[in-house]
Amino acid sequence: MSSPTGPAAKTERLLNLVLALLYTRRPLPKSKIRDIVPQYGDAASDEAFDRMFERDKDELRELGIPLVTADIGSVWDDEVGYRIDQREYALPDIEFEPDELAVLGLASRTWAHASLAGPAADALRKLKASGIERDGDSLVGIEPRLGTSEPAFEAAKNAVVGQRTITFDYRRSGADQVATRRVQPWGLASWHGRWYLTGYDLDRDAPRVFRLSRIVGPVAEVKRAQEYAVPADHRAREMIRTQVGEEKPRSATVRVREGRGNSLRRRATSTTDGGEWSVLKVPYADDDALADEVSGFGADVVVESPPEVRDLVIRRLQGAVKAHGGAA
Amino acid sequence: MSPAKQRAKGAHETATDRLARLLTMVPWLVARQGIDLEQAAGELGISTEQLEADLRLLYLCGYGQMPDELIDAQWEGGRVFVTNAETIARPLRLGRDEALTLMVGLRALAAVPGLGERDAIERAMAKLEEATGASAEAASRVEVAIDEGVEAGMLADARRAVEQHRRVHLTYLVPSRDESTERDVDPMRVVNLDSRWYLEGWCHRAQDTRTFRMDRITALEVLDVDGTPPADAQLRDLDAGAFTPRADDPLVTLHLEPWAAWVSDYYPVESVETADDGSQTVTLRTPDTQWLRRLLWRLGGGGYVVAPTEVATEVADGARAALAAYGVDPGAPTAG
Repeated sequence: MSSPTGPAAKTERLLNLVLALLYTRRPLPKSKIRDIVPQYGDAASDEAFDRMFERDKDELRELGIPLVTADIGSVWDDEVGYRIDQREYALPDIEFEPDELAVLGLASRTWAHASLAGPAADALRKLKASGIERDGDSLVGIEPRLGTSEPAFEAAKNAVVGQRTITFDYRRSGADQVATRRVQPWGLASWHGRWYLTGYDLDRDAPRVFRLSRIVGPVAEVKRAQEYAVPADHRAREMIRTQVGEEKPRSATVRVREGRGNSLRRRATSTTDGGEWSVLKVPYADDDALADEVSGFGADVVVESPPEVRDLVIRRLQGAVKAHGGAA
Repeated sequence: MSPAKQRAKGAHETATDRLARLLTMVPWLVARQGIDLEQAAGELGISTEQLEADLRLLYLCGYGQMPDELIDAQWEGGRVFVTNAETIARPLRLGRDEALTLMVGLRALAAVPGLGERDAIERAMAKLEEATGASAEAASRVEVAIDEGVEAGMLADARRAVEQHRRVHLTYLVPSRDESTERDVDPMRVVNLDSRWYLEGWCHRAQDTRTFRMDRITALEVLDVDGTPPADAQLRDLDAGAFTPRADDPLVTLHLEPWAAWVSDYYPVESVETADDGSQTVTLRTPDTQWLRRLLWRLGGGGYVVAPTEVATEVADGARAALAAYGVDPGAPTAG
């Protein structure tokens, strides 16, 4: 038997509550619910039960379970009752053809290795709950996969979908300082393998594009922010394409040890060999991406310019030394 | 999902997460009465022990506590039966994230050039919108572009070759040698990883499986020759990234800050423990500490090697040597 207070007992209590509220045709008063769901009988007092029940209601609603309250009082009291409407609760009974399930399966697998892998698999499982199993042979041989490795992804996605104003620290491309931004999120898009947030920047008073990987630290919701609407003609991808796509490629000068840094050598627009080291001019569009690449080469590649990329690399290396218990 | 991830998921499952999982699992099992226990666990992405524990819990639940009001769950003889569960025999509506993953995924597929399933995608999308209502609208604000950097004709040809087991002749630019090569390949799979398309297959020139970036394929010709790869040809594990670990490779323990936790999603790890602050302690096997050093330099303090200490020292010493090349005082070397 599970312990009466452990997580298993709580799941049992919540499931009994869901079953009772789905089964009933009339809204059930709290007193009745306390009788039906045995785990509520363990509550030490009326107050303890009330607190437990309030929390349980909130948690069910957070799961998307449409728990409704109705006035069931008579003339002399105003008691409320609770129930879950089966039609509101259940996924509509929709039949999917095998080829439709095949593309849905592919859509779900796209997220198989991203932070949304769980919801993607659950969604497909729900759609296939009653469906006859016929695997999507027609889609053999193709497999798209998405990554959501940016730490800010989850919070940004929730803000976009829930239309909530957020604030975060952001490091602009080519800039060293981190600035706090307040943004009304409009959209989120993956473009060339990177995630971008579009929205209205309340401090700059203009629409802006933010790269998620440049958000530093946590993303917080702005409390009591004004409501806003996403412009009807907003297309996140178009905005990113025009703003980011036109970021002028710049040129970095790097010193590369003989036979090393081959990915940089390949892209170099000019190479000056000089004994142990070569000096390369490398075109790049993004400070962080170049700093990541160069940091990975350790002592085999040194950035001469621009100073902001040089500093980003030094900071990464110092961070690595410090994290490993040394002074840097 | 790797076994390690499954275990990690089970360890963090809250009571409410488990409820959500059960509400999805019951309709699935009700429609598959008598399904083999192990098969069910496999398809549900959980261990058989977990499934048995779930069934034991279901057995205790009902809309009342009279015997005829309780759910009946049986799994003796290795076959699962869930009855008297009409109340929750339909799955709960798709949650916001659930609807979002499918809608965004379908829309991305619809934009892939040369994909033949456009009609099925459109029908699936219409039904899904009907089933999800408002969530579908919110999902339209998240977009994924996987349709760039590849020519429609080449993508369609590559896929046709995979489906029909036909050999292809490639003209391929090898970046490391900066030379154009000609080779015959028996294609096995077309994949898109973070918006970049790749063709994987058995390369007759290398006598091994190889991955070709499609934007470096300058010409692809589908030959009128059978292209069934050798039976022992192994596809690369896409999650393995830079390396494929073996059971006897040395075990490394890393500590990752919350913002570096993507590492455990990206690379195959043996175990993950997530602390309350979101930081992780992960173990992984790798024969190649060079790869690991590079990763940790890039992370710039977002992670460190807990064990073995030799590897931690290598990372720190390498970073110091690099700092010295910048003329930055790297501080004292690591003790020991």
